[in-house]
Amino acid sequence: MKFFKALLSLAITLLFIWVLRSKFGPVPPLGEFLNPVSGFWQNAESKNNSAEETLHITGLQGIVTVKYDENRIPHVFAENDHDLYLTQGYLTARDRLWQLDIQTRSASGRLSEIAGSAALEIDRYHRRMGMVYGAENGLKGVMKDPLSKLMVTAYTEGVNSYVHQLSPKDYPIEFKILNYQPEEWKPINCIFLLKLMSETLASGSDQFAMTNNLKKFGPDVVNDLFPDYPFHEDPIIPVGTKWDFKPLPLPKPSAGFIAQMTEKIKARERVEGIGSNNWAIGGSKTASGYPILANDPHLNLTWPSIWYQMQLSSPTVNVNGVSLPGAPGIIIGYNQHISWGVTNVDADVLDWYQVKFKDSSKNEYWYNGQWAKVSKRVEQINILGKPPVIDTVLYTVHGPVVYESVAKKPKSKYNNIPVGNALRWIAHDESNEFLCFYFLNRGKNYEDYRKSLTYFAAPAQNFIFASSEKDIAITPNGRIPLKFKDQGKFILDGSDPANDWHGFIPPEQNPTVKNPPRGFVSSANQSSTDQTYPYYINWRFELYDRAKRINTRLAAMNKATVDSIRLLQTDNFSTRAQDILPTMLKYVNTAKLNPAQLQALETIKKWDYHFDANSSGASIFSLWWENFYYGVWDEFSDTEAYLNYPSYDRTEKLLLTEPNSRWFDNASTPAKEGPGEIITQSFIKSIQTLSTQQGDPGDKWNWGTFRKFSINHLANIPGFGSGNFSSGGTSAVINAVANGHGPSWRMVVQMGPEVKGYGVFPGGESGNPGSFFYNDMFSTWKDGKLNELLFLKSADEKSSRIKTTLKLSSK
Amino acid sequence: MLFFIILILTYASGFFLPWWMAAVIAFLAAFLIGKTSKQSFWSGFGSVFIVWIVLALIKSIPNNQILVKRVAGMFQLPNWLLILLLTAIIGGLVGGLSAWSGMLMKKAVKG
Repeated sequence: MKFFKALLSLAITLLFIWVLRSKFGPVPPLGEFLNPVSGFWQNAESKNNSAEETLHITGLQGIVTVKYDENRIPHVFAENDHDLYLTQGYLTARDRLWQLDIQTRSASGRLSEIAGSAALEIDRYHRRMGMVYGAENGLKGVMKDPLSKLMVTAYTEGVNSYVHQLSPKDYPIEFKILNYQPEEWKPINCIFLLKLMSETLASGSDQFAMTNNLKKFGPDVVNDLFPDYPFHEDPIIPVGTKWDFKPLPLPKPSAGFIAQMTEKIKARERVEGIGSNNWAIGGSKTASGYPILANDPHLNLTWPSIWYQMQLSSPTVNVNGVSLPGAPGIIIGYNQHISWGVTNVDADVLDWYQVKFKDSSKNEYWYNGQWAKVSKRVEQINILGKPPVIDTVLYTVHGPVVYESVAKKPKSKYNNIPVGNALRWIAHDESNEFLCFYFLNRGKNYEDYRKSLTYFAAPAQNFIFASSEKDIAITPNGRIPLKFKDQGKFILDGSDPANDWHGFIPPEQNPTVKNPPRGFVSSANQSSTDQTYPYYINWRFELYDRAKRINTRLAAMNKATVDSIRLLQTDNFSTRAQDILPTMLKYVNTAKLNPAQLQALETIKKWDYHFDANSSGASIFSLWWENFYYGVWDEFSDTEAYLNYPSYDRTEKLLLTEPNSRWFDNASTPAKEGPGEIITQSFIKSIQTLSTQQGDPGDKWNWGTFRKFSINHLANIPGFGSGNFSSGGTSAVINAVANGHGPSWRMVVQMGPEVKGYGVFPGGESGNPGSFFYNDMFSTWKDGKLNELLFLKSADEKSSRIKTTLKLSSK
Repeated sequence: MLFFIILILTYASGFFLPWWMAAVIAFLAAFLIGKTSKQSFWSGFGSVFIVWIVLALIKSIPNNQILVKRVAGMFQLPNWLLILLLTAIIGGLVGGLSAWSGMLMKKAVKG
């Protein structure tokens, strides 16, 4: 009996401990997580940072000195490039290890290993899109060149020096919450980061929806509503710029083929894409007489942030700016001679090809007049707590057949992927983007800038440039396929080689402009060029709204300073409101409005077109425009096919120039509506929405209150984000804060004999929610301010802003 | 006596040994010097309860509680002290149950 009692008590105790060490559902293992010995308490960083720190890490060839400033931004001084990139890897891992891990898992389709079968379809999607295939090809390109090979291998060594000396209590808190362990870093993980950028910026595809549009409405309507050049435009390369090259002969359009679409899926609402701004103004327009360059890439805003600020210095380089965790070098920044920044081009570098298989075995497909062999790639997806899934992906000459049958495709997910089509995507090609940044980081002048760009393939970017030699330039740049006009606007026939990509636009013939007469260059994802450029890049780009505002303001600007540029970066002016609000107001039938609605009409009549946080006019206009837009295009909503909505630009043209258009008529009513009816109805609906959601007119109608905005943790862990905050801005204004994304890094660089940089991102250097540097720069960003960036000439330079000196040497 | 032995050893082990050493310590200590089941349980419970609070606060006070407040948000709890309490209770139960079974084992072996 005594033994029984003893054994029973022991069993209860052991069971209890087992429970504490096990994960149930989303809850972390409570004992592992809460105990103060190795649990989350260990991630609480002290506010007391020592002024001197010494660490011995494996792999270093010399001594590395790291100066940490008041925002804990590392300024790295190494004796050679190997040690420099090794230290970059080490420090990035020290601050952002979990981010490195999760983005690699996401890109390479390995989330199921930690999240179980809930993540299986996401993993299958990434595998089937050829992310791993593309990364393997990318790695080949990177390893061929000794410079980029050095960058990637040293960076990898650095991450691993950190990973290898970690004990479980030091794991970032997300590992403890999700209950898994960090793993060794591999060179290919650096490439996965690039592929992820291609996925974010260059994997959008309208082709399937456009093909369905064509089927439903016919070519006349599609040509009318989806034109190849927008109504409103202000292209990146100023109109009238001459092309000083002899273009290659353009490929001939193929016989043409519209794929059979059988799926029935809901229409896709048009969302404005992720955009970015950059500009550089020449010395003739600045107070100092030297150029000023500005860049604010708009990406998903998360904690940890997508950017990691760093200064990197060795005998071959001294550069300051932001890096992407996982990629060696500085991506956006400046050195003593040049500064550069990027925005997305939106080139059409992703195409779908209809595949005709010989039979249901799908071993052969029709191409160029004969049966060609399908090649197969086997993807093994390991799943937590379950046996692995083996997924075989078919590849044609174009690329992977992402979903070869309806059964293979998950329901109501990845709607823009047409079944039975092969994917040709630039991200599958061998390339070496790191070399571009290697040379940009070390660039001294315009020639170096142009040379660096030739190494960059994808995702194509508008590279802006300014130098202390007073040159400014911009180049929509990347490997852009050589195509016939509109090739890839609709799904292509994969059996006809005339539909293949016909090589690439020669890099030196990518659109570019240097020191234009207007005294500035800029981009905001709008059309790269006017219609005289000989090559086809895409039929659609982002709206011209931000570009128009930037160009108008820059044209008017004289004696510009860093501060005037900073204010322009946070400008909330809506070009759309300026273009169309007077016309919308003209159409309102006031006889149909009640007193409250009339009062709201007075408010919006007085509105100054700014999406400021304290503006109620912005809330009214935003809703009104949206209701009007969906009211006009009701024909596109009630359908069983997956369709594309006409653009905002086309809608504006309709309103301004085609008042008698049939599209104003509501198809579901017998009456014949014109713009007046839709404008008035959508206004009434908007005011009703505001009243219902926000109560009586007042502060609650203000844009910053009405439009909820927050920065969430990368894994959406509650409590780890910013919570809602009031912010001005919206998509299509310069300060493009909207839908979880916005200016992820704002930078302004004053060139000159003594270059001066300013910048901020909405977060902090540390990825640890238990660090004082997790979000210490957020309020500066929110207030529209910039930090003066510390840019040290050498490790010996004294600065009161240096808080900690870290000495790194080999073990 | 048992209380202090577990307290001191658990505290010391907390800096270099895994957290479940608290269970081993409480079990062995009660096995060697435990008097009654009840006394063993409460000595184990109380000592580990206190040690875990102390170890947690050593990390959390210089942190101005910023992390534990975020963790409270994750668990949707209104106050970070509830996380501290939960931590202490779990530690207490580990220590208490272990000491209790150590004592019962002693009774079984030594009669």
